Amino acid sequence: MASQTLAEKILSAKSGRPVRAGDLITCGVDLCTASDTTAPLAIRALEDMCGGSAHTRVADPEKIVLVIDHASPAPNERIANLHALMRDFARTHGCRLFESGEGIIHHVVLEKNLAPAGSVVMGADSHTTTYGAWGSFAAGIGSTDAAAIWKTGRTWLKVPPSVRIELQGTLRKGVFAKDIMLHLLARMGMQKANYLSIEFAGETIETLPLAERITLANMTAELGGKVGIVESRATLRADNNAAYSDVIRVDVEALDPQIALPGSPSNGRSLKTVEGKPVSLAFLGTCTNSRIEDLRIAAAILKGKTIARGVRLYVSPASRQTLLQAMSDGTMSTLIESGATLLATGCGPCVGTHMGVPADGEVVISSGNRNFAGRMGNRNADVYLASPAAVACAALNGCITDPATHFTEAGL
Amino acid sequence: MNPRAHVYGDAIDTDRIIAGKYTKTVDLSELASHVMEDLDPQFMTRFRQGDVVVAGEHFGCGSSREQAPLALRAAGVRAVIAKSFARIFYRNAINVGLAVLEVPEHSIQQNDELEIDLGSGTVKNITQNQTCSCTPMPPVMLAILNAGGLVPFLRNGGSFEGQH
Repeated sequence: MASQTLAEKILSAKSGRPVRAGDLITCGVDLCTASDTTAPLAIRALEDMCGGSAHTRVADPEKIVLVIDHASPAPNERIANLHALMRDFARTHGCRLFESGEGIIHHVVLEKNLAPAGSVVMGADSHTTTYGAWGSFAAGIGSTDAAAIWKTGRTWLKVPPSVRIELQGTLRKGVFAKDIMLHLLARMGMQKANYLSIEFAGETIETLPLAERITLANMTAELGGKVGIVESRATLRADNNAAYSDVIRVDVEALDPQIALPGSPSNGRSLKTVEGKPVSLAFLGTCTNSRIEDLRIAAAILKGKTIARGVRLYVSPASRQTLLQAMSDGTMSTLIESGATLLATGCGPCVGTHMGVPADGEVVISSGNRNFAGRMGNRNADVYLASPAAVACAALNGCITDPATHFTEAGL
Repeated sequence: MNPRAHVYGDAIDTDRIIAGKYTKTVDLSELASHVMEDLDPQFMTRFRQGDVVVAGEHFGCGSSREQAPLALRAAGVRAVIAKSFARIFYRNAINVGLAVLEVPEHSIQQNDELEIDLGSGTVKNITQNQTCSCTPMPPVMLAILNAGGLVPFLRNGGSFEGQH
């Protein structure tokens, strides 16, 4: 058999025959998820496909997961009714629904091990790529595609060509996977990897904890990738002579903290270039960077200190499990004592649905993944993207501050 | 009356096609009333039913929200022509029956009068007297688009199997 990329390996195993980049295939889907942004339209589409709600059937309720995380808890009656529609659907068809407060879908799915290595996951959320952190083929789709998978258990797809990202070296203190992704986005743009499987490999990977691998796979959505898969010596490795459309090498040791300027996640540059810029709102949350490891980094920076006057620091943990961990090890009290405001777990602030909407002219630093105009609910606010450490440093000092310098000076 | 072009640049993201704060609905007319709001607040005042949105590279990048092509369709957009599309947007558009034409090279200007032939995949620019062809789509997508979208495709017994 020819040498295979990670994408070719997973899809060959799934199809029961060797497949190659460019092949159009139809294959079974192990898990298909949708959120309160995408599930209501998917439910309506499914009903239409089946000729009305009375005739609506799903192929396998075990393979469907709904989650209420995008506007959670409901900010108004219209959204409350959409949540009710989802609950009703889950009850009727016997599929799993993670309630408001359970967490951001991608973290809940990983915590419950619903997307094991080698599985094929389609999710009606672009950051479904996150599950590639431990070796599943996981792609974002829209509501109607999700409905079709619920109905048939299958989908069609093109086996994507792969780009290999080789990470070499050890990250400096104060530099994180988020900085690698902002660097890659600045270097490659959001389009170069459109349709591709983005496969991370190299010696750095083996040293990265799961939370950091999650950030890599998560932000392959911004790079335009269909999936983002992190190689692991333990479970999944590409063949030596696999064919790649491109191989990109990053010496992570040379990286300093990065920041994406407002307008696009691909506006990344060295954070030092905007050091001193005053901020009004610091947001630590989202599917990219809100796990316990991220909260602990922020707590280490803020321990025993108070955030700057005139800054709001909003913290939204990845999931209920993350919140419980942060409560039991003291991370959460450290953050709250420093002046942080705890928000419900979920996607609301990042996607501008509700909670923490910035005012006109305000500057936001966010640990999230997107900063398009209007992204956080106000097109007249400026959103900068950076690591959780950079968010905490900005909250502490009231302005954008180099976390690497802070880590050195504080002896962290 | 032939459609007119409303021309935008590269990397038009789904947040600017329809903001996240408006996506929590199954009411398509509400989506239509906010389409392109953060990109071009004047869009709906200049737009005439049946007009065409034209863009550069990577149209529809960002979120997987199907509300983006749905809002464009509900507003009466006949088709979107772009040099390239982000993958989820392209697939979503076909699934909801919004015509998307990938035309890698074009010089369409604001208000150019266009004639679109979906059958042959050609765009005739009447103003500039030029014709260009779009990149062919995979057979399965063509079958879905010809059925009017993925819902009618599956409702009428369509299957992915055997389309490749």
